[in-house]
Amino acid sequence: MGLDKIWVFAEAQGDSVASISLEILAKAREIADTVEVFMSGDGDDHAEELGDHGATTVYATGDLDGSLQGSAVASAVAAGIDSGDFDLPDAFILGTTQDGRDVAGRLSVKLDAPVITNVVDLELDGDALVGTEPVFGGSTNVKTRFTSDKVAIFLVRPKSFEAESVGGAEADVEDLDVPDLGAAGGAKITDSFAEETEGPRLDEAAIVVSGGRGMGEKDAFSMIEDLAKILGAAPGATRAIVDSGWVPYSYQVGQTGKVVKPTVYIASGISGATQHLVGMKGSKNIIAINKDSEAPIFAVADLGIIGDVHKVMPKLIEALNNR
Amino acid sequence: MKVVVCVKQIPDPADPGELDPETKTLKRDVKLILDESDSYGVEMALQLVDDAGDGEVHLVSMVPKNEVSGLRTALAMGAASATLISDECLSGSDALGTAKVLAKAIAAQEPDLVLSGTESSDGYTGTVPAQIAELLGLPSVTFAKEISIEGSTAKVKRQTEAGYDDVECPLPAVVSVTAGVVEPRYPSFKGIMAAKNKPVEELTVEALGLDPANVGWAGSRQDIIDIAAAPVREAGEIIEDEGDAHERIVAFLDELKVL
Repeated sequence: MGLDKIWVFAEAQGDSVASISLEILAKAREIADTVEVFMSGDGDDHAEELGDHGATTVYATGDLDGSLQGSAVASAVAAGIDSGDFDLPDAFILGTTQDGRDVAGRLSVKLDAPVITNVVDLELDGDALVGTEPVFGGSTNVKTRFTSDKVAIFLVRPKSFEAESVGGAEADVEDLDVPDLGAAGGAKITDSFAEETEGPRLDEAAIVVSGGRGMGEKDAFSMIEDLAKILGAAPGATRAIVDSGWVPYSYQVGQTGKVVKPTVYIASGISGATQHLVGMKGSKNIIAINKDSEAPIFAVADLGIIGDVHKVMPKLIEALNNR
Repeated sequence: MKVVVCVKQIPDPADPGELDPETKTLKRDVKLILDESDSYGVEMALQLVDDAGDGEVHLVSMVPKNEVSGLRTALAMGAASATLISDECLSGSDALGTAKVLAKAIAAQEPDLVLSGTESSDGYTGTVPAQIAELLGLPSVTFAKEISIEGSTAKVKRQTEAGYDDVECPLPAVVSVTAGVVEPRYPSFKGIMAAKNKPVEELTVEALGLDPANVGWAGSRQDIIDIAAAPVREAGEIIEDEGDAHERIVAFLDELKVL
């Protein structure tokens, strides 16, 4: 027996619905009879895709005129609940993204409802939802449930579930009215910039080639880019070298970056700090090259090469180029 | 300009401790250090106050057992003073409980700007900044990589999936700062000595005007029903490079049919 109704916060990515939102929809549909979506922007743009992934209704705010989503969406949802327009759902599920966390944080205060964060699995125990959260860098899994009668708010990490098109009919689109936000809504986006990227998206690529501090210096990262290009892969990086300014944040794999689950993950000069491991250890096959035989990355590697990346990588690039 | 920075004192990540199977909360009988994620907020605050020409940085932090070692690090970096909410009832606090406590302590300071890390290195919920802002009725900009103050407006470059957004936000506001965007200064010897005498006001939860039942483990309204080791990956093939390891990689990629 499933739950009656789950709400999902959906985010747009360009013209499409973000993968994290479709992943959540797949799980929500599995555990609840009705799945409704809340989002900012124009619901009509996404009603077909959301319906195809199992949503019946999309409540959309329309253009926020530069306002950040956190205050606007949380206020709109809370106002709808207060006015009795919405029947409370069994759970509200959002992605562990920048805006997902803003909406969840703001809404949790408005509803005085706690949030279970960093969820990688959801299951039903009777009629209660139980979330699984990895702790201590993923070495331990904790299962948590709510004991209050408030709406159960869950923040789900990307790549926890597989998105699935189920051929549902286009979702109904309803207006989600944003009330006056007062001072809390004061932040406005005045301009947006996107990093130039080539090749596949980091979180969608079949192969990811990542570099870490063991590459030695910024210039050596070109080997990562070269190998990625040959393999049709996406280049990635550890937080250490993003923080050092070698590559932009959009390259970062790990707890505070992207979660990736490619067919092959090649970790080059990466020691395997827990911060990094949680972002990539779901990869199907992991190849690690590191000169320190004690590096934790070797504990998750299917093929581990104890060696100098500056010797192994150039030969690997040459060998693949000669094929 | 008065900047309040939220800082968390955590067990050293190199020695992360474990969950107490009895209480299901983190064992905290180790020395706590300043969360590295928060050192960026402290540094950013010090730089903004420097740029403004006047003002000061005040810290707020909460712990169950009056630990101050992490706070002293931030004071040694240059913060002027701190509020420490120390109360055993705070043990097991979730993000919302944490935000309720910090928001009360922040409000008493009447700051122009509230800074925090984007998420702690041990709990990493990443919801506390937005929760504090909502509790205080303030605007918030999370995931800031750059902040400048112009008059009564904060101009923030906010990290996004694709790049960044320019965001303008009237003060007072809550801004969370991503790691690595500034270089946190090392406390000087002089700073370390001075920090010993900087004022740290210690308060209990009740002194803040909050009900202990709404914070800590009780306030989190959650039950941990299971703690288990995560599945471990099967051990792989580990070889030492003898000059031909690249051939093994190519063969491995061939086996996977990804070439």
